[in-house]
Amino acid sequence: MSKVKVAVHKFSSCDGCQLAFLNAGADLLLLSELVDIKHFVEAGPVDEDAEVDIAFIEGSISTRKEQQRIEKIRQQSNYLVTIGACATSGGIQALRNFADGQKWLSSIYASPEYIDSLDTVSPISEYVHVDFEIWGCPVTSKQVLTVIRSLLSGVTPRDTTEKVCMECKRNNTVCTLVTKSEPCLGAVTKAGCGALCPAFGRDCFSCFGPAQDTNTSSLANRLAGFGLSSEEVCRRYQLMNNNAPVFRNICVRVMGQHND
Amino acid sequence: MTEKKISIRVPVLARVEGEGALELDIENNQISHLKLKIFEPPRLFEKFLEGRHYTEVPDIVARICGICPVAYQMSAVHAFEKLFDVDPGPWVHAMRRLFYCGEWIESHALHIHLLAAPDFLGYESAVAMAKDFPEEVKRGVTIQNLGNEILRFLGGRSVHPVGAKVGGFFHAPDEQQAEALLEKLKNALPMVEKLLPWLSSLSLPDSNQQFTSVALRHPADYPFNEGRIDSSDGHNISAETYSQHFSEHQEAHSTALFSLLDGKPYLVGPLARLNLNFDRLPKHIEVAVLAAGFKFPSTNMYHSIVARAVEILFAFHEAIRLLENYTRPESPSVNVTPKAGIAYGCTEAPRGILWHRYEVDENGIIQKVTIVPPTSQNQARIEEDLKQSIMDFGLDQPEEKLRLHAEQVVRNYDPCISCATHFLDLRVNRL
Repeated sequence: MSKVKVAVHKFSSCDGCQLAFLNAGADLLLLSELVDIKHFVEAGPVDEDAEVDIAFIEGSISTRKEQQRIEKIRQQSNYLVTIGACATSGGIQALRNFADGQKWLSSIYASPEYIDSLDTVSPISEYVHVDFEIWGCPVTSKQVLTVIRSLLSGVTPRDTTEKVCMECKRNNTVCTLVTKSEPCLGAVTKAGCGALCPAFGRDCFSCFGPAQDTNTSSLANRLAGFGLSSEEVCRRYQLMNNNAPVFRNICVRVMGQHND
Repeated sequence: MTEKKISIRVPVLARVEGEGALELDIENNQISHLKLKIFEPPRLFEKFLEGRHYTEVPDIVARICGICPVAYQMSAVHAFEKLFDVDPGPWVHAMRRLFYCGEWIESHALHIHLLAAPDFLGYESAVAMAKDFPEEVKRGVTIQNLGNEILRFLGGRSVHPVGAKVGGFFHAPDEQQAEALLEKLKNALPMVEKLLPWLSSLSLPDSNQQFTSVALRHPADYPFNEGRIDSSDGHNISAETYSQHFSEHQEAHSTALFSLLDGKPYLVGPLARLNLNFDRLPKHIEVAVLAAGFKFPSTNMYHSIVARAVEILFAFHEAIRLLENYTRPESPSVNVTPKAGIAYGCTEAPRGILWHRYEVDENGIIQKVTIVPPTSQNQARIEEDLKQSIMDFGLDQPEEKLRLHAEQVVRNYDPCISCATHFLDLRVNRL
């Protein structure tokens, strides 16, 4: 039987989620025996046009060229997985969608006309069908390898339904929101990081994006109760997953109340 | 006279961090056009930092680069602390050196084994190389992972760690954790000591060029976070006066701005750092370098990989020294009160000096930002090197050889194009 063919493609990103593979150490070497890595520029193999069984996508779509690339990659990939906040929700650079992107470009580049840039920064799902999303800024080796393992075993990968709060409880971490009145987003954030920030005594800023069934408005009220201004509440939600609909909507609502 | 008219297009340079391209036109056996094209899409960090509170900056700027997030965090925290007149004390200074040791080890080990070594041994990738050189590749990933362990010790995770803040760290690990990490680093030392002799067995090419090295220099230590900006042309300037000497400009073929020193290309990164700071290494490391048959300062760009190995060896010993003296402090950070003004920070990222400038109001809200990453500083130097290297290599060489050679030259700089904004696509047109 021929090996499962895998590709890793990069779009607008920091390269940090590809490190989930490159930092996997011995597991990376084992993986390279289990699957045939056809395309992974940073690691060496280059064949952007290869037909593959699984394509991992890092990064968001922010240029016309990227839009054309992702459409082509979708056609040649059987199962497409986004890795990380950029590919899954647009990433931190989607903050541009709240502002005038062209004006921003011209304040950094003397000749913005040379820059190929779409008006908005979007997650992959805005342009093509995505089979599975891995959230996280950055994703972990465990998340990525679990998905590959499931697929190799013929099992559909499953996303977590847990929130960061559950991880804190299991770690016996004292709640930063309740005991320290820190504006922690753990209650609305998908589990997966291991609740690192609360373990360090700081509030979660939702690297792993919105969990299922979140009550963002109740949490926003709580944060306002701590004395945060509408802008400050909004800024908490406007980080790595600012463009996730749940987070975008709560900002619009919070700022709308403020303007009324 | 018959004109040579050959048009060659080679699509992708692999094993660099990001998206770039190289265009080369050869006309009548002369290079008529050579451009390192960087088309990594701009992400406009400098703009969306405006309006943020200074406390939010370390976690945001980390996202510029997944390979060197600590560098971004360090340049930022140092900038703000200087402006706010805060000294977080000796524990924080020591732990920031340790944090940086972790990032240099992780980044340099990744480059040496996974990105560069396949060039010298003739493989497409480290995975392909692993079949014939399993020990070397295994050693590489082990060293890389120990760098990551240091990062996790202080930051919780190695990519976008969450430990650093203006004023210090969020958390101080306990003594047992320090002890356990120390033990692992000590056990790995014999493995790390094999790096330099291994590199000297690879017979690296000899390519000597004239260039200006730029790096931090500290009165006593090999530089990570602190020191003045020094150059092999005799500059000795503070981060505050950086823009009087260094200038950035845009070129049509790149989304990364080009940087020049007094109008000329220059080199930053491990080789430049070692060229200017060899005398700041502990004696026993100088001895190990000389014993492996290497001498610094060096004008051979292929010694960049050696410089990375020297810095790994140094960073291991430095990390061990710092951990041997580890005690858990009462508090891992000091209180900070913001002040209005301009904050400047410059630290040594794995790939070279990383300069930050923030305009801040009296509430600590960011008004304006400029960030100059190492790879955009090296961009002009890479083009200059390529011109000379390709001429020396021979323009009549077959296309495939030209491409491989050009890629190898570019990889010496370990360009991080997602920092500079990332992907290399070499196009050779012979007209």
